Order: sequence, then C-alpha cells, then structure tokens
Amino acid sequence: MSFAMQKNGEVVVVDVAGQLIVGNRQELKQKVLDELEKGERKFLIDFSQTGYIDSSGLGVLVSLSKKIREQGGELRLSNLNDDLKTLFELTKLDTLFQITDTRERALQSF
Amino acid sequence: MSSRPDRGGTPLLDSLHVALELEIPSDVRYIERVVEVVTHQVSRLAYHPRQVTLNLPVALTEALSNAILRGNADVTQRCVRIHCDVNRERVILEVVDEGSGFDLLACMQDPTSPENIVREDGRGLFLMARLMDRVESFTNHGNVVRMTLHRHD
Repeated sequence: MSFAMQKNGEVVVVDVAGQLIVGNRQELKQKVLDELEKGERKFLIDFSQTGYIDSSGLGVLVSLSKKIREQGGELRLSNLNDDLKTLFELTKLDTLFQITDTRERALQSF
Repeated sequence: MSSRPDRGGTPLLDSLHVALELEIPSDVRYIERVVEVVTHQVSRLAYHPRQVTLNLPVALTEALSNAILRGNADVTQRCVRIHCDVNRERVILEVVDEGSGFDLLACMQDPTSPENIVREDGRGLFLMARLMDRVESFTNHGNVVRMTLHRHD
C-alpha cells in the first residue's frame, strides 16, 4: 500500500496503490492536509491502482472533501473500478463527489 | 485442492470444505493479511470474482476493525479470533473479540440519509449488512459477529 503524490499543473494528484482501509487512512489524510496547509487547493485522488476501500477509507474521503471545500478548494476522484463504484453507489457517496472515469478527463475538468 | 472432475463427472470442488482458524493481536495492521488468507481460500472454490474482491474483503475488514477498535478497545494484548468455514455453497466467517458485545440492530444507522451522508463514520455495519447475505451478533466465549455469504457463479 502506498500514496504517491505529484503535481499536474495546479492539481495535486494522489495515487492510491493497494487498499485504503483503517490501517492506513490516517497517512492519506495527513498527506493531503499537509498540501492543503501549504496552500494547494485542487486535489485529484486516482484509484486506478486501488484494491478495496473500507468504511474508514470512505470516511477519510468525506472528511478531506469537507476540509478542502472549507478552504475554497475542491477534491475530485477518478478511475474507480466496478467494485469501488458499487461501494460509492451503496453508500450514495457517488452523489457527494465528482467522479470521473479517467485521470485526464478529471484534470481537464478543474 | 483441484477442480479436476472425478470419474462420475462431479467436480471435486463440490465436496471440498475448508476450515481456517486464525488469531491476531488487536492491531489494525494485521487486517490486510487476514483478508488475504481468507479470500485466497475462497477464490480457490470458484466464488464469483466480485465476492472475492469486494464483498468478503470489505465485510471482513469492517468486522475486524470493529473487533479491534471497539470490542477490544484497541488494547493490543487482547486477541481477535477468526473462524472461516467455506464450501462450494457458502462462506461463514466468525470474528470473535473480548468485548461485551453489542446490539447489531440498535447500532445500525442509515449512512445514506441526508443528515448522515456527510459524516466521517457510521458506514461499517451498513456495508457488512449490504455486502453479506446474513450478519448476526451473539455472545459465546467472547463477542461473536457471524457473517454468511452464499456462492454465486
């Protein structure tokens, strides 16, 4: 499991490799909050290398979205596989996030 | 273990039954490895890929997380035991902690309601109930959460 961050124009892109679950969610949260603290406002989390997400992982995404919005920024998500789409649909979090099929389209949408 | 048909043409898988017993300290870092061990066995019995990559991993992660953080109050010295009983028809997973138990129905809330959807917590039991066919909670030498999932092709 790892979280790789890179800057693409004005957007901070985070790649989640492996699972996003109770044991590592704080690491993702802290990395994104550190960037927010430094002044970054546009965030894209890409799930093309992600296995599964548990309720803690979903909760961290909700929390980050709220904190980023409070600072006038935006968090978008891309590349959810069918399993992850099902999770977002079950929890109705697909209505809370802007989710894009590809990273490229997500980057263009900011 | 093999999927080779026997002489009567019945797949050998049909008569297979796998039972696993695992025990871990109350530490969330063990969760991923337990999920790997369990899903590996289930995948060998030709369950639907989605059951192996979504239903079981997420539901088991939730049950383990609850057992470690709530049941055992994150006290590392307390153990969590996992029983996995799987055949070609169903998987039964039991997660046992040293806590006093909880009322499953009373703790269940709807995380999709407008007032809850923006909350960070409260989706764990909901996901277990949605992803498994049956979820029960009872006390038997510890607090037990039992989850059952029937095999789909």
